[in-house]
Amino acid sequence: MADPKNPIAFVADGTIPPSPPPANQTGPVKWAKDNLFSTPLNSLLTLAALFCIYAILSGSLPWILNGLWTTSSLAECREILQGTTGACFSVLTERWHQLIYGFQYPADAYWRPNIAFLLLLIAIAPVLFFDLPRKLLIFTAIYPFLAYWLIWGGTIMVPIIAFLGCAGGGFVFQKFGKSNFAAGFFGGIIAAFAVWIIGGALVPETANDNAMLTAVPSRDLGGFMLNMMLGVTCVSLSLPLGIALALGRQSNMPLIKWICVIFIEFVRGVPLITLLFVASVMLSFFFPPESTVDLFLRVVIMITMFSAAYIAEVIRGGLAALPKGQYEAADSLGLDYPQAMRLIILPQALKISIPGIVNVAVGLFKDTTLVSVISMFDLVGMIRGPILASTDWNGVYWELLGFAALLFFVVCYGISQYSQWLERRLATDHR
Amino acid sequence: MTTLADPPKEQFKLSMLINDTRYRSLTFQALAAIALALMFWYLGNNLIQNLRAAGLNISFDFLGEAAGYDINQTLIEYDSQSSHLRAAIVGALNTLLVAFLACITATVFGVVAGVLRLSNNWLVSKLMAFYVEIFRNVPVLIWIIIIFTIMTAVLPGPRAFRGDDAEASMLFNAVAFTNRGVYIPLPWFSRGIFDSAALNWLLVLIVLGGSWFASRKIGQWASKVQEKEGVRPKTLWFTLGVWIAPFAVLMLIMGLSWQMPELKGFNFQGGIKLGGPLIALWFALSIYTGAFIAENVRAGIQAVSKGQTEAASALGLRPRRVMNLVVLPQALRVIIPPLISQYLNITKNSSLAIAVGYADITATLGGITLNQTGRAIECVMLLMLFYLTVSLLISMGMNIYNASVKLKER
Repeated sequence: MADPKNPIAFVADGTIPPSPPPANQTGPVKWAKDNLFSTPLNSLLTLAALFCIYAILSGSLPWILNGLWTTSSLAECREILQGTTGACFSVLTERWHQLIYGFQYPADAYWRPNIAFLLLLIAIAPVLFFDLPRKLLIFTAIYPFLAYWLIWGGTIMVPIIAFLGCAGGGFVFQKFGKSNFAAGFFGGIIAAFAVWIIGGALVPETANDNAMLTAVPSRDLGGFMLNMMLGVTCVSLSLPLGIALALGRQSNMPLIKWICVIFIEFVRGVPLITLLFVASVMLSFFFPPESTVDLFLRVVIMITMFSAAYIAEVIRGGLAALPKGQYEAADSLGLDYPQAMRLIILPQALKISIPGIVNVAVGLFKDTTLVSVISMFDLVGMIRGPILASTDWNGVYWELLGFAALLFFVVCYGISQYSQWLERRLATDHR
Repeated sequence: MTTLADPPKEQFKLSMLINDTRYRSLTFQALAAIALALMFWYLGNNLIQNLRAAGLNISFDFLGEAAGYDINQTLIEYDSQSSHLRAAIVGALNTLLVAFLACITATVFGVVAGVLRLSNNWLVSKLMAFYVEIFRNVPVLIWIIIIFTIMTAVLPGPRAFRGDDAEASMLFNAVAFTNRGVYIPLPWFSRGIFDSAALNWLLVLIVLGGSWFASRKIGQWASKVQEKEGVRPKTLWFTLGVWIAPFAVLMLIMGLSWQMPELKGFNFQGGIKLGGPLIALWFALSIYTGAFIAENVRAGIQAVSKGQTEAASALGLRPRRVMNLVVLPQALRVIIPPLISQYLNITKNSSLAIAVGYADITATLGGITLNQTGRAIECVMLLMLFYLTVSLLISMGMNIYNASVKLKER
């Protein structure tokens, strides 16, 4: 309080309440100043970026918003649009089935791939999200055979025998593999082949004629379905093969090591297209003369080999990144090689390799479009071939290619987001 | 007193082949060798039987026969009467050309995008993240087709350049963008010292190499003076002179002139034609791989620990020198290996040329030659051999470079 005798002196007895910061130090203004206009160069970059965004949006938005969805040909689109900008998305609705299933898959059987796709989501869930009950893995084990039967149709005996062979092999491995890995491993393979050969002899030649689901030959598959099938099959087949190759390359047995090194370096040194050429024109020379192995299977073999070589290199990186102490610890516990690998080394190495494996998987999925080069009608093959060549839709490039790009983007971006989630989930180093 | 008996004489049992670590690896290798031999025997046997059934044999004679097809973009002389081998070489050179061009531009795109992605400008870094994600997650084949389609659908045809008030006009009267390709002026020498153009260009290269050597010598001399006297002499004018003067004199002597592309008949004549397929492939490969390189560059810069930047700043270095002297040398060590495997990817992805009709080796040897002669095995083998050689050469170069920049540790 001011002293009445000495009115000039003033002692504050409390703190002055803080004033709000100046208007240009808070809120969006401050944010813009820090993040967009901090230096003259930055301001210039911001303006350039704004111009880019404006150019992209002003070019594409009217085109997209003005799009037509229900006409039956490009000529009709142009008639309705009367020269104004606008997309002709009708090609997507009109040719939807062709884009997804190819142009030869029987229309009354579209429900089969649809169900196979839905079941794929269920089968893949316990693999991707390991918090789900482990019992679901049984369905995952059955799924490949079920999906084969749904998509290709034909007699149900074939997938059943294939499944029984695998189950028999697995059973023998479980039985003997605990005590002696090698005996279980080779015994399992022999058991599986025994079941397949005996079972194959039991299926009559004419079993396909009155099967529950009509048989669809592989050459009738197409569209995005073909990309999905190739991607899923090849990734899941190449993962175990890649692990085996990586372990072989790290092995101290010179012969096995060199087989793996030569295989990996050879496959990684050539482009996938040449391997697809091998599949389409050359591989049939290496099969027995009277056999006819269909193109789908040949392509699956080559793409699997291709991605297995890349996955092997990724896993080799993971194995090399493990501290030596882990190997020594496994040895000191008295574990033999298969046990040490299965229980100690591989789980950690695979965890380190997740980003790399996902990169390979995404790359592989994108590379499935290359089968259009050897005249298989996948999504890109459909667009470039039958759809753009038809008189109705000759000239709708943007809509079709944009749709293909969007479809691949959604799937690939989804996979990479999943892998980032998985990395966070598996992070156990408490950083 | 106990007596020490000799250990029981070891008997060899069959189970020891698997259970005894001394023999186990030999057993497995023997099994692998047998399996491998069986596989090769089986495949080879099938191959022989199939070839016999088809009445074929493995022979490379077809390489000498006349190819009988035209190639629209060639670096060396070629016509339809040239041999299949020459067509394959034309294709191989075209592959190397587009791979080389795409490597350069992809690096530029990638470095710019990678650095901008780390910019503290929010808008720019988000825009670059958008670019990277969009291009990484869509197949390169789709990008190639999209860009090729844009080129052919959007750019005007050569006809549009005709007439007094043409719909389209050439850039600076020298460059024409048409839907058949881009035409740029061709430099040539009116008073060349040699008769052959290639030798003249070789002379230009030699002169430029000499300038480079001389400018390096100047730099070394400047460093020496700086060590002795503490002040670096100004070398800018010397260096510029060494670069420009001999080059300019050579150009004057040889009479450099430009052959402009001109519209004659239905198409442009003269100049250098960069065909639409080449440009589409080049641009698509560089913008696609640029997105991957951007990620490598970003990871490399982020791998340099922040303490290094801070320590350099504490020494009083300016931001530019911090970047040049401290951060970049360390980041490059992380960036270079993935960068070179991206170069490998570009080379391999250039085989997608077949989708747009650019005559690379996959299109000539693996496409038309294969279809004409039906020599599938020979053609695919040669094709693989070519790519394998290129890949091994690139990765050999990478290993040598890697060894030279590796941290020298004890």
